[in-house]
Amino acid sequence: MGEVVFLGIASLVIFSAVGVVVSSSLVHSAVSLLFTLFGVAGLYIFLYADFLAATQVIVYVGGILVLIIFGVMLTNKIDTPSIASSSSNQVIGAIVSLLLFAFQLGVIFKTEWYIGDGVIVENTVHPIGIMLLTEYLLPFEVVSILLLGALIGAAMLSRKN
Amino acid sequence: MDNTTLFALLILFLPLVAFLYQLFFGKKLGSQTHFVSLGVMGGVLALSLAFFFQLFDPLLTGPILDISGEWFSTGAFTLDLGLYIDKITVIMLMVVSLISFLVHLYSIAYMKGDRRYSRYFAFLGLFTFSMNGIVLSNSLIMMYLFWELVGLSSYLLIGFWFEKDSAANASKKAFLTNRVGDIGMFIGMLLIFFTVGTFSINGITDAVANGAFEGNIQLLSIAGVLVFMGAVGKSAQFPLHIWLPDAMEGPTPVSALIHAATMVAAGVYMTVRIFPFLTPDALQIVAVIGGITALGAALVAITQMDIKAVLAYSTISQLGYMIMALGVGAYQAGFFHLVTHAMFKACLFLCSGSVIHAMHHSLDHLEDHQTDPQNMDNMGGLRKKMPITYSAMLISTLAISGVPFFSGFLSKDAILAGTLSYYHAHHGWTIFLPIAGFGAAMVTAFYMFRLIFKTFHGEPQKGDIFKHIHESPVAMTIPLVVLSVLSLAVVFTLPYVNPIDGHGWFTHAVGDGAHVAGLNMKEVNDGIHHAHHDAMNLSLIVATLGILVSSLFYFFKKINVDRLAGVLNLVGLYSLSKNKFYIDSIYNNLLYKPFMWFSSLASTIDLDIYDQKIVDGWGWITMKVSIKSGEVDYSWLDQKIIDGFGRFANYFGNELRATQSGIVQNYLMGGIVGLVAIILIFQQF
Amino acid sequence: MNSLQSYLVISSILFSLGIFGIVTRRNAIAILMGIELILNSANINFVAFNRFGGMQKLDGHIFTIFVIVLAAAEAAVALAIIINLFKNAGSVDVDEANTLKG
Repeated sequence: MGEVVFLGIASLVIFSAVGVVVSSSLVHSAVSLLFTLFGVAGLYIFLYADFLAATQVIVYVGGILVLIIFGVMLTNKIDTPSIASSSSNQVIGAIVSLLLFAFQLGVIFKTEWYIGDGVIVENTVHPIGIMLLTEYLLPFEVVSILLLGALIGAAMLSRKN
Repeated sequence: MDNTTLFALLILFLPLVAFLYQLFFGKKLGSQTHFVSLGVMGGVLALSLAFFFQLFDPLLTGPILDISGEWFSTGAFTLDLGLYIDKITVIMLMVVSLISFLVHLYSIAYMKGDRRYSRYFAFLGLFTFSMNGIVLSNSLIMMYLFWELVGLSSYLLIGFWFEKDSAANASKKAFLTNRVGDIGMFIGMLLIFFTVGTFSINGITDAVANGAFEGNIQLLSIAGVLVFMGAVGKSAQFPLHIWLPDAMEGPTPVSALIHAATMVAAGVYMTVRIFPFLTPDALQIVAVIGGITALGAALVAITQMDIKAVLAYSTISQLGYMIMALGVGAYQAGFFHLVTHAMFKACLFLCSGSVIHAMHHSLDHLEDHQTDPQNMDNMGGLRKKMPITYSAMLISTLAISGVPFFSGFLSKDAILAGTLSYYHAHHGWTIFLPIAGFGAAMVTAFYMFRLIFKTFHGEPQKGDIFKHIHESPVAMTIPLVVLSVLSLAVVFTLPYVNPIDGHGWFTHAVGDGAHVAGLNMKEVNDGIHHAHHDAMNLSLIVATLGILVSSLFYFFKKINVDRLAGVLNLVGLYSLSKNKFYIDSIYNNLLYKPFMWFSSLASTIDLDIYDQKIVDGWGWITMKVSIKSGEVDYSWLDQKIIDGFGRFANYFGNELRATQSGIVQNYLMGGIVGLVAIILIFQQF
Repeated sequence: MNSLQSYLVISSILFSLGIFGIVTRRNAIAILMGIELILNSANINFVAFNRFGGMQKLDGHIFTIFVIVLAAAEAAVALAIIINLFKNAGSVDVDEANTLKG
C-alpha cells in the first residue's frame, strides 16, 4: 500500500515537473509547479519530515508560488502570443540534461551509500526549534538579516521612479 | 792570429769598409771622397804585393794559407767557410787589386762632377770585396755566395745611370742572364755535395782522387758541366753571352774593371779551380763552347761601329780562348791568358774611355747632344791630339793581336799549341778547335787594327768635333801607361828575356796543373810542347795576315769596304755579323715573347675573367639575392604570413562573435555543456 | 521502493528537468520556475540523506529550512527585477535583453 502511494506521489512530482518545463502556456507551468511542490511535500511526509512538509506547503506554495503567479499576471501581455521556449536551445538542452541525468544515475547506483539506522523522530518541531536557537543560531540570525535585505531590496527595486 | 790570416782578412774586408763608409758617410767629403776609396785600395794592393813576393820564396811548398771555420750546422750537415791562398790565388789577387786601384784612380777624372759620386765609389768597393771573396774562397759554396754578390755589384754598376732606360734594361739583362748560369752551377754543386759530402774544393779533389765517383763517372761529368754553366753565364760564353755587349751602358771604368779584367774572368778562375775534377768528357764540352764563342764573337766584332761594342765582343772572344784552353787541357795557358788579357783589355777599355771622354767634352762645347760620342764614324785622326792614349792603345792592340814582344803573343801562342795537340790526340771533328783558334786570331788582329785605324788614323770625320779634342787629365793617363807597360812580354818572362818563349816566373809559379779525373797532365803537357813550334809559326802567319788585310781596308784605303760589304751581303754574311748572328732576336722570339704573351694571358684571365666575371659576379648575385629576399620578406613574409595571422585572428574573432549573443541563457548553456564535457572526460564510472 | 536510491533518482530527475527549463525557456518567470525545481531537488536530497544516512540529529532538516527561506527571498528579489525588466523593455522575453551582445 505504501509503495503504491509512494509511486503515485513520485509520478505526480515527475510529471508535474515535466509539465512545468514543457508547457507553452505560462499559467499551465505555474499550475504544474503547484502540483510539483505538493508532491514534494508528500515526499517529505514519507521521509518523516513533518515540519518540513508543512513549511514547504506554507512557504513554497503559499508564498513563492503565489508570488510567481502575481508575476505571471503582472507581466503577461494579453495581445501578444505567449512565449515559451527558444527552439535552438531545445536540442542541446535536452541532450545536456539527459547526459547530466545519466551521470547522476551512474553515481547514484555505483556508489556504496552508507546506510545507517537513523532515528525516527515523531515530532520534529521540537528538535528543530532547539537546534535553530542553539547550534545554528548564527546562520539563523544571518538569514534573518538577509531576509530583511531582500525585503528592502525588492521594495527599492519596485519603486516608481 | 798570425800575419798571413790577418793580411788575408784585411784584403777581403777592407773594401767592404770602404763600401760602407761611402754609402753612409760619402757625402761628408763631397767631391774629395775618392781619397778614402783610393787609400783603401792602395792598402789592399800593398797587402797583395806582400803575398806576391812570397811567390819568389824558393822554400815555399803547398798553399800559403788554408783555414776554415764553421758557419752553421743544421744537424744534417755543416757549412764551413774558409780562405785558401796558393800561388794562383796570389796572382789573381794581384790582378784584381792592381786593376781595381788603377780604375779607382782613373774614375777620379772620368766621373768628376757626377751626381752620385760617392755611391759610385761605394759600389766599386762592394765589387772589390766580392771579387776578392771569390778569389780567396776555399769552397764552392763560399764562391757561390760571392759569385752572387759580384753579380749584384755588376747590376748596380751597369745601371749606375739608371735614368737611361737602356742602362736599366741592360743591368736587368745582365743579372738575369747570370742567374740562368747560376742555376746550373748550384745544381752541379749539390750533385757533387751529395756524393762527396763537402763543398771544399780540396776536399772534393781528394775525394775524387780516392774514387768517390768510381763507376759513376757520368755523374761527375754532368756535375762538372753544370758547375761550368756558372762560368758560361759569368764569363759570357755562348749561349749566355748576350748581356756583355749591353753592359757597356755602364761607365767605361766599370767596363774596364768588371767586364774586361775581373768579373768575367771569375768564370775562368772558377774553371781553373775545378779543373782537377772535370772529366775529359766535360772538358770536351768546355772546349767546344769556348771555341764557338771565340770565333763567333770575333766575327761579330768586325762590323760594329761603337768603339765599346767592338771591345765588348773582343772580350767575349778572348774569354772563349781562355775557356777553350782549359778545355783542351792547356791549364797553364788558360790562366796565363787570363792575366795578360786582364792587363791589355783593361788598358784598351780605359783608352777608349779616354777617347769617349774627350769626344764628350768636345760635343758639350758644341752644345751637340745628338751625335754619338762612341761611334767611330765620328772620329778619325785622333792620334795627333791624344798621343798618350794613342800609344797605350797601340801597345795593347799589338798585345791582343798576338805580335811578338807583347804578352798576348805568349799566352795566345800557348793556347793555340794546346788546341793543335788536342786535335793530334783526338782527330776527327776536333779540327774545329784549332780552326776556331787560329781563325779567331786572324779576325781579332783584323778588327782591332780596324779600330785603331778608324779612330786614330786617317782624316777627322767631323772637323768641328776634332777641333775641341784634347788629351785626358793625368789621373786618367797614369793607369794607361802602367797597364800598357804590363802588356809587354818581358814582364811575364822574367828572369828570362826571350820574347818568344813563355817560360819565366809566371809559368814557374802556376805549374803544370793537377788532374784527378782521368786526364794525364804529363801527356797533355808533352803534347803541347810538341805542337808549340807549329803553333807559333801558324800564329805569326795569321796575325800578319790579319793586320795586313786590315791596313789594306782602313789604312791604305785600297779596297772599298762598303763595296765589299755589299758583295758579302748577297750571301747575307754582312748582316749576319752586323746583327750579332741574330741571337738576341732569336731569344726574343723564342723566349721573351711567349713568356710575355703567357703573362698577359694570365693577366687577362685574372682581370677580365676572374675579376669581372667571378668576383664581380658574386657581387651581382648577392645583389640579386638580396633584392629577391627583400621581395620575399615584404610580399610574403610581411603581407601573407604576418598580416595573415592578423587576418586569421580577425576572421575567427568575427566568427566567434556570434557566440556573444547577449542572451544570458546561452552563456549558461555553454557553462553547463562545459561541465558535462568535463565530467565526460573525467568520468570514473 | 522506500530506499535512498529512489529518492535520489527523483531528485536527479527534478534537477535535470530544472536545468532543461533554465536553459530552454524564453520567459523569465519560466526560468524562475526552473530554478525552484532545482532547489527542491536539493532539498529532497538533504532530507533523504538525513533519513537514511544514520544521522542522530536533524541537521538535514535545518538545511532544508534555510534553503526554503533563501528560495523565498530570492524569488522575491527576482520577481522585483522581472517587474522592472517588464517596465523597461516592455516584455519579459529574455532573448530581447541582449544589450550584452558583442
